[in-house]
This record gives sequence, structure tokens and C-alpha cells, in this order.
Amino acid sequence: MTHNQETETAAMNMSSSQFVQDQLNASEPRSNEMKTRVIAKDVNVFYGAKQALFDVSVNVPDKAVIAFIGPSGCGKSTFLRCLNRMNDTIEGCRVEGEIRLDGQDVYDPKIDVVELRARVGMVFQKPNPFPKSIFENVAYGPKIHGLASNKTELEEIVVTSLKKAGLFEEVKDRLREPGTGLSGGQQQRLCIARAIAVSPEVILMDEPCSALDPIATAKIEELIDELRANFTIAIVTHSMQQAARVSQRTAFFHLGVLVEEGPTEQIFTAPSDKRTQDYVTGRFG
Amino acid sequence: MNDLFSTKPDVPQESEARLDRIRAGLSRRHAREKRFRLYGVLAIAAALAFVAILFTMILSKGLPAFQQATLSLPVTFSEELIDVDPQPVREAGQSAADFQAASLRWQRDVTLINWNRVLENAVRQIAPDVEIETRDLQSIIDNGERFKLRDAFVADPSILGRTIQMDVLASANVDNWLKGNIDRDLPDAQQQLSADARALADRLYEEGHIRMAFAWHIFTNVDSRSAPASAGLAGAFMGSLYMMLVVIVLAVPIGVASAIYLEEFAPKNRLTDLIEVNINNLAAVPSIVFGLLGAAVFINYFRLPLSAPIVGGLVLTLMTLPTIIIATRSALRAVPPSLRQAALGLGASKTQTVFHHVLPVTYPGILTATIIGVAQALGETAPLLLIGMNAFVAAVPGSPFEQSTALPVQIFLWQGNENRNFFEARTSAAIIVLLGLMISLNAIAIFLRSRLERRR
Repeated sequence: MTHNQETETAAMNMSSSQFVQDQLNASEPRSNEMKTRVIAKDVNVFYGAKQALFDVSVNVPDKAVIAFIGPSGCGKSTFLRCLNRMNDTIEGCRVEGEIRLDGQDVYDPKIDVVELRARVGMVFQKPNPFPKSIFENVAYGPKIHGLASNKTELEEIVVTSLKKAGLFEEVKDRLREPGTGLSGGQQQRLCIARAIAVSPEVILMDEPCSALDPIATAKIEELIDELRANFTIAIVTHSMQQAARVSQRTAFFHLGVLVEEGPTEQIFTAPSDKRTQDYVTGRFG
Repeated sequence: MNDLFSTKPDVPQESEARLDRIRAGLSRRHAREKRFRLYGVLAIAAALAFVAILFTMILSKGLPAFQQATLSLPVTFSEELIDVDPQPVREAGQSAADFQAASLRWQRDVTLINWNRVLENAVRQIAPDVEIETRDLQSIIDNGERFKLRDAFVADPSILGRTIQMDVLASANVDNWLKGNIDRDLPDAQQQLSADARALADRLYEEGHIRMAFAWHIFTNVDSRSAPASAGLAGAFMGSLYMMLVVIVLAVPIGVASAIYLEEFAPKNRLTDLIEVNINNLAAVPSIVFGLLGAAVFINYFRLPLSAPIVGGLVLTLMTLPTIIIATRSALRAVPPSLRQAALGLGASKTQTVFHHVLPVTYPGILTATIIGVAQALGETAPLLLIGMNAFVAAVPGSPFEQSTALPVQIFLWQGNENRNFFEARTSAAIIVLLGLMISLNAIAIFLRSRLERRR
């Protein structure tokens, strides 16, 4: 258990759900009739003989943030990585069931993963900028997908993406310097800029703040809140406050099973399952 | 409570006992650490000492070979001795065949001129009072130097009748005698030179007609048996260079491509496991076995020329491939997976991921692997013996398909030469050249590596 989680648990124990309620009030609730972007139905994932996910069915709403929470090893990251087929790169990983992006089956053999990943971008746990310049980091996606027809257009995309990621003001004078020279938080925002430069429909974030300090975390969370106006975001997080702060819907995973999914407010204040109740109040995890 | 300034910290009784136990073990732990460090220092010191001994031995033996006894003679191209028609010029109406025949005839005539007599006269001119037989006198001059006169004449026939100051190499025996490589007290029967020739050599050396000059011909001449003093490394050097080119052109792309395929694309199954094990096995196969393979496959089956650098290069390529593949694979394996995920997550294809992101990071590693492999190949001798590269070749190869020898093989050949006194130094000189080549190769590698690493 990390230090962060310990304090979190302590806080939860002290004032029970009042704490969560405060967090929830910070982000304004959205309308309930949300368009669905991704539909997952009865997803089973196996690593070799070991089954990691059991019959998971979730709908990811459009232009909103959905948070996947749960204790370590519960399968939330595995599920996230199914959505853009990053699991394909893992030897011995097998996915069963149905995942549809805008009605199209993601695991259809006819689907090109390259195209899929251009539509479903990803931000990883550890900031992983390319060992190239800041400019090239952001320009790489548009370049390989041929999104810019000339240099000016490419520069425009890079600047817009960096602005959207809230990084432009900090790096505008050193776009030619290596991206690896930035601070951890800046690197992660660079990775977000890199992801949104391709203009994906969905952005997957796998614990994007777990390697960052609280100030950098706050900036990323703010950014996620802004991004949801244009993108559909699915975020895996270990921090329940973070889930409460940034998401509109929350899915709780436990031991490879999707225990409960619903509006974030409901999950944190009135969960229907005992396990969810125990987890969000810090009794385990 | 203790005094405030007590040296002993204020600790409770049981804690004191615990600390005592830790302290008792502490000295043992420190001693062990010191001992281990000492072993390391000793090992490195021993290694350095051996390297120092090796270099001192090679340098002390080889460096004198770069200075060689050279005669400075006033050579008179007398019309009396050089009695040939003028070089034929193609006349109008003369057929090509006729002209060629005439040229060849002229060349033969020029070669048959008694150039040795010309040299002898030159020596007698600077030492007019010496009474010495022709044979003894000619034994102080290297056997091949008469062709130097011929070449000078062919290049400029107008020197006929003139006297020109020329440098000619003294024979290997004179070089030995003057450098003290042979015991001066040995009886005549055991000396290579007659008493008269030895006396003449000493006299010319004292008078300054013979001096020790830098032996440029080691780098420009080919090997020679009849004229050992003029033997050089040019043929072997070019042979090694051609083989190096063949190895770089073949082994690097094939090795790097195989490593990339095996590491990044190949499915992990029994077949690839088998391939991996066998690549590791190949790296451990004795090099002479590769020589046998080369002789059987490249020469007997594919009918490639014997003693040619192309065959040597192919054999060394086979030998170098496992080294390059293994080193490149470990360089690829060292690339953090997060980099691959970043590219894949953006929608880069597998190939784009490898070539845009993974490979550039591994350039320094691949470069090191290449240099290690090529340096290994450059120093390899055994397999070359089996494909005929230990043949005596008295010409600089013009292409990888011409007969040639290689630097390490030349060292081996010189080491076995009958004229030990002379070739012992020559062997060390050849080793110095080979080591120099290797050190410069490594220097280039280190330079490129640091540049590549700085760029990131």
C-alpha cells in the first residue's frame, strides 16, 4: 500500500462518505442520458491458462470520463488495454467476448489495429516520451498517419495539441529540446499532447498520475476535466479521490469481475454491492 | 544519566548489548569488503602488467624493423652495360599484335640487362680500393633492388649515360650484421655473409654510405622470399581490408536483420528457441571448423577462387554473424518496453515502432557489436589457412577475387620464415601494424558511439 493510499484510507475511515461527497461536489454532475461510445459485452481475458477477466460488460459514455477502480490485480488495466488491443502485444493473452467502438467490433479480424489505435489513444502509467525533441514527440502521430499535408499544418497540430495539453506556455521556447528533459508532470502532459495530436475519439489513461507529485497530479486532473468536452476518456486509477474528482461514471473491479458500474456519485455514496461499499470506505484495497 | 560530553552515547542496557553484537560482526564485514576490493585491484594490476609486458616485447622487437640498412649509391647508367634498342613506338600501319610483341621483346631485353653489374660498379666506385669478389659484393645488396634500376630506366630512358644518386636496400644479412642480430664472434662457416662482405658492410656503414632509413617499403611492397629485405605487408593489408569489407557488407545487415526479426517479430515457439540455442552454439564453434566449411562449400561446391579474400570474407562472415546477432539482440532487449508501447499506442505499426524508435536507441550497441565482430574477424588466422590464404602471394590483390593473404596469416608466415634473425623483427613489425589497425578501428567505434549517445 502506498503512502498516498494510506492517508486516503485514513481519511475515509474518519469521516466516511462525507469526504467523498465533498470531492463529488467539485465536479459538476452531467446529464444521465449519455451517448455510448464503447460497448463491452461479456469480455473474458486469459493470460495463458489464467483467466484475468470474467464476463465484463461496460458501456463507455461519449464525451465523459469513466473511471475504473479496484484493488491491485483486479483486472482494470487489463480491461482498459482491451479497448485498443494493446493486449495483442502480450504473449499468450487471449480476449473473448465483444467490444464495439461506435458499433464496430474491435476484435473483428478485418479491423486494422493501427487504425484502431489512431481512434483510441493511450496514456501510460509512467510518462514515456520518445527520446526525441518535444516537437517530434507530438508530431510523430500525425506524421505516421499522414494527418498533416505540409509543414505548416503539422506545426499547427503540434501547437494546438500542446496548448490543449496545457504545456505550450512552458515549452514554447524549447520545442527542439528533448522531451525526456522535462519534469515528470510535464512529460506526462507531453504524452497526453502526443495522444491528442492524432485526434482520437477515445483516450485511455492507465494510472496517468501514479508517478507524479500532487501538484502535477492536480494539473493533469484539471486537464482531464477540460479534455472531456472533446474526447471520451477512460481512466484507470488507484486513487479514489481522483476517480471521484474527474469521472462522471465509475466502474469497480474486483478479482477480475466487474462488481458495479454507475454514476460516480452513486458508486461513492450509495453503492449497491457490499464489496464496493467496503472498498470505497477503505475497508480493503 | 551520563555526562553530557560523554563519548559514549546514552543508550539503554539491552540496546548496548545488541550494538555490541553488530559491532563484533562489523569488523569482519569490513575486512571481507576490503579483501574483495584488494582481489579486484590485484586482478586489474596483473592484467595491466601482462598487457604492458606484451606491448614492450612487441614494440622493442618490432620497432627496429621499421629502420632498415639502406645503401646510398651513385648509380651510373652506362651505355656500355645498358645496351638495348630504344623503347618501341607504334608505327603507322603496324598491327596491334606486332606492336605488343615488339614491346614484350623490349621488356625482356631490359630485364635481362645485367643490372647487378650496374650496382656492383656503383659500389666499387664508392669503395675503389676494396678487393672483393663479385658474388660477395652482390651479397650485400638486396636481391630485388636491381629491378628498381630497371624501373627507373623504363620510366625515364633519358638517364642513360648519366650518374644518379639512388637509395637501394642492403640485403637482409647486412641488416642483421649491422644491427647485431647475429653474433659477430661466430666462425665464418656459421656466418651468412663472407668475411669480405662483412668487412665491406662495416666500412660502408662507417663511411655513411649505408644508413638506417625508415622502411616505407614495409607498407608499399608485397611479400618476397628471394629478396627478404624488400618484403612488405601491402598485399596482406589489402587482403585483410577486402575481407573486412566483405564482412561489414554481409555480416552487419544480415546479423542486424536476423536479430531484429528474432527479437521483435518472430513468434516465441519451439522453433525460435531452437534457432536461438543454435546461434549461441555457433558462436562457440572453433574457428577452424568454419575454415573447413568454407573450403567444402565455397571452394569445392561454389567453385570460388582459392586464396581469395572473398572466400575468406565469407568464412569470417559466418564466424562473425553469431557475435553480431547475439549482441544486437541483447541491445534490443535492453530497450524499455514503455518505448514500444508508446509508439504502438499511437498507432505506429510494428515495423514503424522498430525502425523509428527501438532501433535508433540501439545504434551504439549495434555499433559496438559490429566492431567487436569485425575486430575478431580481422585477427582470425586458423580458418584462412584452410582456404589457401597462407599461400605465398607476391602481388597486391586488385579485387576480392584475386589471390591474397591476410595480415594475421602474414604474421604466421613470417614467423615461420627460415631467416629467423631478420624475420623475427619483421613479425613483430607486422603485429604492430595489425594492432594499430585494430586500435584505430576501436577508436573510430568509441568516437561514433559517443557521438550517437550525445545526440540523444
